[in-house]
Amino acid sequence: MNSQNKIDITPHELVFKDHIRTPMYEDPRLFEEEMQKIFKKTWVWVAHESEFPEKGSFRLSQVGLEPVIVVRDRKGAIHVMVNRCRHRAATVCEVKKGKTSSFQCPYHGWGYGLDGSLRALPYPEQYGDDFDKAQHGLLKLRTESYAGMVFATFNEEAEPLVDFLGPVTKWIDLFMKQGAGYPVKVLGEHQFSVPMNWKVQLENTTDAYHFPVVHKSFLQSLDDETEEVFSFLDQGKGYVEDLGNGHSVMVMIPELVDLDDNLEAPIPERFTELARELRDEGYPDEQVRRIVRAVGGAGFNLNLFPNVSFSLAFFRVLTPVNVERTDIRHIAIGMDGGPEAANQVRLRLHEHFQGPMGFGSPDDAEVWERIQRGVKGGAELPILLNRGLVDEQPGEVGPRGHISAETGMRAAYDMWKRMMQA
Amino acid sequence: MNEMIKRDNDSLLRDAEAFIWAEADMLDRQDYDAWLALWSEEGFYTLPIGDGEDFANTLNLCHDDAKMRRDRIARFQQGFSISSAPPARTIRTVSRFVIDEVEGDEVTVRCAEHLIEDKFGRQRIWAANLSYTLIVTPGGFKIRHKVARLLNSDGMLNSFSYLF
Repeated sequence: MNSQNKIDITPHELVFKDHIRTPMYEDPRLFEEEMQKIFKKTWVWVAHESEFPEKGSFRLSQVGLEPVIVVRDRKGAIHVMVNRCRHRAATVCEVKKGKTSSFQCPYHGWGYGLDGSLRALPYPEQYGDDFDKAQHGLLKLRTESYAGMVFATFNEEAEPLVDFLGPVTKWIDLFMKQGAGYPVKVLGEHQFSVPMNWKVQLENTTDAYHFPVVHKSFLQSLDDETEEVFSFLDQGKGYVEDLGNGHSVMVMIPELVDLDDNLEAPIPERFTELARELRDEGYPDEQVRRIVRAVGGAGFNLNLFPNVSFSLAFFRVLTPVNVERTDIRHIAIGMDGGPEAANQVRLRLHEHFQGPMGFGSPDDAEVWERIQRGVKGGAELPILLNRGLVDEQPGEVGPRGHISAETGMRAAYDMWKRMMQA
Repeated sequence: MNEMIKRDNDSLLRDAEAFIWAEADMLDRQDYDAWLALWSEEGFYTLPIGDGEDFANTLNLCHDDAKMRRDRIARFQQGFSISSAPPARTIRTVSRFVIDEVEGDEVTVRCAEHLIEDKFGRQRIWAANLSYTLIVTPGGFKIRHKVARLLNSDGMLNSFSYLF
């Protein structure tokens, strides 16, 4: 940390078209600034609507470093508010997920409604007659949803969520087709913490280059046909495209971009057992094909700035903890009301790769930690960001590069620079 | 209690303890081929998330049938997984054994596990409740189901390069 203090940490001295500089991953001053200029300013993903489906259901989440409650009120409206009593700052909820009619502070009993408004407090007369309860509700964030994905922001001036997402919405619609006609529902989540800067995680979902190296042991555990599907680097048919505002898409398996297409394709070997089971249960052939085609997920990763990705068959969420620590959630999704057998396949596929005991995530976590250990040396060396510049072309929205290009990272760092300079 | 039954139960408990201690020793020594041989083919090795029991229909940390167990061990042994080459080293103790049920050839035993891992010069501590469904065979016990429920299974974990 000694040499880094000599490096200028103004944004335009840290992010260049073809490299970034070491303090990006390890300067605590920069981290503090990022929390203010990015996580307090932009739309941050907080939950999926299926995690709190009923009136009064809630779940705890984070916006940057700040603990929030995401809740559905009696009319079904969604509220996101800071989990902090307006009296003496205690959290008003420590249950991760549940259902309630109100939130009550355990310290002096201030009670809040599902919309965050202060309803009642014991012995109010000591505050005098002019105490205004309306001025003492929980601190609320602006909240908007797209396709069940709930985002919140502290910034009253932020553009509407759909404008922030822009061309991303088309890709979200495609991603949600893996519900195979059923609504997409959260089935559970893996959570693990990694000693790494949050931007290492932000980059990773748009990094196909690492896949055959880091995930060799995962690939070896697949049948030949599936291994072929995941050998997208060898096939070279995919691409990465900058979608603006720091977002990007990485298409790995082009034939699985639109899951409604090509339903007559042969059923992959690994899903023949599922197809048989569904037919035995009486599902018509067309629906069986639709479910089986969707069960392994979509053929792309959609990487949103700054904290959520739609990755093949799951949501990946990052929460910055400090400059050298990031919490990760890998959220498994399935078909709400869909066949149990198909959701079981999805759960087992998720367990196979993701989470603390997966065949993939532990190897990811190891290399991410190795980055954080590596940047302790050679602070003056650049961290390369130039892969794929050699033949990047204009795409439908922004620059489009090779499947293994760092185009998506460049998109994220453009946005980073824009926000940090604002 | 009838003296004879008590002696039988004591000896069953001692046998179960010895079996689970031997398994713990295999896992710390990463003697995974020996570990695989402890299993009954239809068995499941499960690390659940939370308190549920319907492992098939919920997300677990792992829920391995025989093929997944073999694939997992192959991943540990083949040297291509960066997190397991080398893995964290572990030292564990198992204790507080209780026999919950004996029915036919099936014995249900539970116990506590404390494990310390060491990697990158840092140590981490984990605690788990273990539950075993063992089958009595002429060659000794075989595992039909092992459930390792971490104390913080639904909390923020780290990645694991070993088994519980």
